[in-house]
Amino acid sequence: MIASKPQLDRAGERSGIEVRLEQLRRVFAGVVALDELSLTIAPGELVALLGPSGCGKTTALRLVAGLDEVTSGRVLFGGTDVTHLGANRRDVGMVFQAYSLFPHMTAMQNVAFGLSLHKVGAAEQKRRAGEMLELVGLSPHAHKYAHQLSGGQQQRVALARALAIQPKVLLLDEPLSALDAKVRGRLRDEIRRVQLEVGTTTLFVTHDQEEALAIADRVGVMNKGRLEQLGPPTTIYSRPATPFVAEFVGLTNRMEGDVKGGEVIVRGTRLPLVKPDTPDGPAVALVRPEAVSLASDGDAGAGPLVGTVIAVAFLGATSRVTVDLGDVIVLAQMPTSQASANPAGSRVRLTLRPDPVLIARDEKAAAEA
Amino acid sequence: MAVFLVLGAFFLIPIGAMFEFSTRGDTVTSPRTLDAWKAIITVPDLVQAITASLQLAVITSIAMLLLLLPTMVWVRLRLPGLKRIIEFICLLPLTVPAIALVVGMVPLYRWIKINVSDSILMLALAYLILVLPYTYRTLDAGLASIDLKTLTEAARSLGAGWGTVMMRVIVPNISTAILNACLLSVALVLGEFTFANLLFYENMQVAILYESFVSAGTSIAVAVASLLFAFALLMILSFIGRPRDRVARAEEA
Repeated sequence: MIASKPQLDRAGERSGIEVRLEQLRRVFAGVVALDELSLTIAPGELVALLGPSGCGKTTALRLVAGLDEVTSGRVLFGGTDVTHLGANRRDVGMVFQAYSLFPHMTAMQNVAFGLSLHKVGAAEQKRRAGEMLELVGLSPHAHKYAHQLSGGQQQRVALARALAIQPKVLLLDEPLSALDAKVRGRLRDEIRRVQLEVGTTTLFVTHDQEEALAIADRVGVMNKGRLEQLGPPTTIYSRPATPFVAEFVGLTNRMEGDVKGGEVIVRGTRLPLVKPDTPDGPAVALVRPEAVSLASDGDAGAGPLVGTVIAVAFLGATSRVTVDLGDVIVLAQMPTSQASANPAGSRVRLTLRPDPVLIARDEKAAAEA
Repeated sequence: MAVFLVLGAFFLIPIGAMFEFSTRGDTVTSPRTLDAWKAIITVPDLVQAITASLQLAVITSIAMLLLLLPTMVWVRLRLPGLKRIIEFICLLPLTVPAIALVVGMVPLYRWIKINVSDSILMLALAYLILVLPYTYRTLDAGLASIDLKTLTEAARSLGAGWGTVMMRVIVPNISTAILNACLLSVALVLGEFTFANLLFYENMQVAILYESFVSAGTSIAVAVASLLFAFALLMILSFIGRPRDRVARAEEA
């Protein structure tokens, strides 16, 4: 069959609406789960909220869905205040971490369920449910029950079900966490493809940084109920605004150095700072593994830092090399061909590439404060 | 196999003996007769009592579901801290002897007979308490077997109000537990004697006792009939209580 993508109705309304969270706050029995979260998601945009468990990302999503009540703040869909609207009247599509298909219905009936509540005629229900299943590539499984489908298929039906009602907002609550790695990657790309196709404004919650960076237009990194940084994936990765973001997203080396005049000197190498106004004095610089390169001891162009390779982790195209500098252990990431020249035990010299680095808050000073 | 034979004999011999006794004539030598069985549908007091018991069984089952199901769902979703308390309250009647319960209810029922209604159907109130422990346990097991929170939230986000969530999502997924709870209620109500007798109502069991003073054969016939009725209910349940199996079979075909 020639893959003519199903034509969606109401194409004009498909372009998505703006979703705005204004100073959302949620307190559970005295514990602040979400602290003044403000966030505007542009029409059709996919924003991922990323953070460790308990950072408030799921709380934020549930407040947008209407499944939980705000302590203070507002939620606006396309300028309309929906803060106190029940979950069933918000027009949101939601995919959950746990498998959520209704066990007594077929895939088709699951997708049609929401339509039947929106007073859509039986024939139209069937047609649209069929379209949605085709969109997620599950037409051949339309008459199967949840227990006859794999985990990935169940989540795709759940996505079709959420999109069938043509929601104003699509909310994804760690939809991939229950799946194994291979399926996860494929379904992640699938979700993105479908989301771009229907153009629904989407909020995606995850604790997996790779997932967030791969799928989102913008990533919001959360910690302890607060939004630490919001920006495109590349900015989050290469220009982390806070030490927490730097350490949560990707791997980082903590290296002691001295800040002097808008630069930090780490073991003789001058590195520029992300925030040049950092006061002078001893500090801990956060250096990405890919900013560390190594060469065999004695090679021309070898760096100033001498150390011993203690482990090489093969990651496919790249490898991660762990080097012991004597007083500190440094991770370096590089193409596998380069790494294989220096097996464990060999003496190497390291070079730090002068990428802008972030300064971690000095823990000793923090403890004294 | 031997176990089944022993168990079968244990249940079937007394029932067979009861049936044999209920078909005897007036004397040992008289021919077999079904007069005692005919009396079930002809003796007015008996017919009335049986009808009342059947009505009570239906009313109690419905009232039990209306009271327990929404409460249990709400407690599980919104007030999980109350679960222990609700469970304790529902299991309490099990620990109180029926006779103590009745003595406590006598003044209440005196008041009800005077001020509300003297209909035997008012017994459903007492029976509701009687069936709580058993039905609570059954429904609780049913609710525990599904991911109530996620299914409810999924349905809510798709636009379902609480009524729709209940009728189209929760009930169909715990239908077996609901049928079991109803069967337990029906069996308990049909077999109930103490409450009715001490509160001066004539339900089926009380009527069987009275009838035994008049005609032992008829009272035994009613007893056998009610046992067979309970068996029939069990059979029906085991056939209609498994929609999922039926689906699986249909797909194999």
